[in-house]
Amino acid sequence: MSAGEQITPELQDRVLRTRAAAQAPRVRTGRRKPVTWVKQGGLSKLVFLLPLLLVFGAFSWYPIVRLVMMALQHTNLVQRAAWVGLSNFSEVIHDPLFPIAVRNTAEFAGLALVFGYPVPLIMAVLISEVRSWRGLYAVLAYLPVVIPPVVAVLLWKTFYDAASNGVFNTMLGWAGIGPQQWIQSPTQAMPSLVLESTWANAGSTVIIYLAALVGVNRELYEAAAVDGAGLWKKLWHVTLPQMRTVLLVTMILQLIGTAQVFIEPYLFTQGGPANATLTVMLLIYNYAFGNSLGASYGEAAALSLMLVAFLAVFSLIYLRATRAWSTQ
Amino acid sequence: MSALPGRRKQHPRNDSGPQGLVLANDWRRPSVRWGLGTAHTVLLLLLAVIGLGPVLWLAKSAITPTLDTITTPMALFPHGLDWSNLSTAWSNVDVGLYMRNTVVIAIGSWAFQMVVATTGAYALSALRPKYGNVIMAMLLTTLFVPAVVLLVPLYVEVVHPPFIHTSFVNNYLAVWLPESASAFNVVLMKRFFDNLPREILEAARIDGCGSFRLFYAIVLPMSRPILGVVSIFALLASWKDYLWPLLVLGNPNLQPLSVRLPEIEQFTPLGVFLAALALTCVVPIVGFLMFQRSFLRGTGLSGALKG
Repeated sequence: MSAGEQITPELQDRVLRTRAAAQAPRVRTGRRKPVTWVKQGGLSKLVFLLPLLLVFGAFSWYPIVRLVMMALQHTNLVQRAAWVGLSNFSEVIHDPLFPIAVRNTAEFAGLALVFGYPVPLIMAVLISEVRSWRGLYAVLAYLPVVIPPVVAVLLWKTFYDAASNGVFNTMLGWAGIGPQQWIQSPTQAMPSLVLESTWANAGSTVIIYLAALVGVNRELYEAAAVDGAGLWKKLWHVTLPQMRTVLLVTMILQLIGTAQVFIEPYLFTQGGPANATLTVMLLIYNYAFGNSLGASYGEAAALSLMLVAFLAVFSLIYLRATRAWSTQ
Repeated sequence: MSALPGRRKQHPRNDSGPQGLVLANDWRRPSVRWGLGTAHTVLLLLLAVIGLGPVLWLAKSAITPTLDTITTPMALFPHGLDWSNLSTAWSNVDVGLYMRNTVVIAIGSWAFQMVVATTGAYALSALRPKYGNVIMAMLLTTLFVPAVVLLVPLYVEVVHPPFIHTSFVNNYLAVWLPESASAFNVVLMKRFFDNLPREILEAARIDGCGSFRLFYAIVLPMSRPILGVVSIFALLASWKDYLWPLLVLGNPNLQPLSVRLPEIEQFTPLGVFLAALALTCVVPIVGFLMFQRSFLRGTGLSGALKG
């Protein structure tokens, strides 16, 4: 049909117009009429996004901005907020409790890493080789995770009873070991908190590792076996390298999580004995809500901001390291 | 050999499914079989003692007289059972009321989270507005800001909200709304929507299906697995939540169980207190046992997401 058609000016014009229309979006549509916008679905897009925008705007993005503002202000919710520059930060840094809180938080994170990091991996590797009732292993490992943290802490507080007939002290007695002070001793308090926290949280890491182990390429094991690799060599040269991303990610997540530890020190010991379990989050809480003389929201915001900055730097360094390692 | 029938029963699955770290011919070696078998038995016992032990102890102590629990915590019912702990906790200590509050808070949080996550993820995944990338980037940024550090500005916002001059303290909206701002939910949901077969959505569009109908008649029914996973984690997180409800719900008659328990500890006998702890655990544990598959898959998913 079109073969015999002459190139009329009309056709030329149409071609030009089509081209212009095709180029138009790239140039810029100019102002779209509201009616066109609605007809093209702009309104329904906005309606669907509205709950997300409202909720995140009000309870995520705005508070982030407000946090930065509050860190630079002196606020007590009654008088007008006054801008005070960086004085909140310097007050926090010169607070004698600040280095104690940082050191305790680092100790908690470090101990949690030592206790809590290898255990889930060993458990997951063993569970993944179970041939029957694998689900039972996973359920048992995950069970503590569904116990509400408040219940877990209060239950373990009973276990840590320092009397000689406390639960743990009774069990130690079976092994011929004398009663311990647990959370009442400044030296044992922090390890006790870490023990409970590891019990409460290890299960989800086990499940993450189990999911990752399923993803390990099975042919690599067979290839390694053909090359004469034994169990340990396969574990070291196939399983672990295949899991390194997950391993690093769980480590970052654990560090970020433990840096915010709050419920354990708050409910077990209130930061005691002798500030031995005062953590950064507990200090933030005390600045904002624990001071009967009046809340220092500014200092709480300043310390929160320092924590965010520290964690952000931390995860960026880690992400870079992960990338460098995985491209090697 | 006693191990033989068990192995034969497992055999077809091992042949059809992929093999793991320990290959079939490794399993034939006695040292591997015995070594791993022992390791597995020890692991199962350890898991039972460590994972289940504290829960069983709590269940036992909830129905043991207080005096017995204090003097001989590891003995099994030396002087019989005391079921009255449970009823005292439920009615005299008002665990029943606090449980009702916990349920109301959990269901409200769940409803708000689902609305925000499904509509938002649907808009970002299927409707794709031009500014979608900007919103997505802003959502991902919030993943880097831990919720607890926003405690102070959020609290101030709830006490003195801008534009609205009423405090939201002691109002369940103060718990429901901030919890629904979960970037994690939106990202998880969007990933799932992204992987729905495009052809079905396109076909529906061509047949004249509008955005709203596409959402509730096609996308939502196809997304039941992810809806289940997100629901379970929303409900569990709400049941576990402590610090935020403690801050914004000052009225004891409105507080959930987790906030009340430390108070209950102060003024009740140990047996009744432990009964209250046990009652708090019943719902999450039963829920977990009923929906364990979704729980475990969801946890694996969250690892993959963060990775």
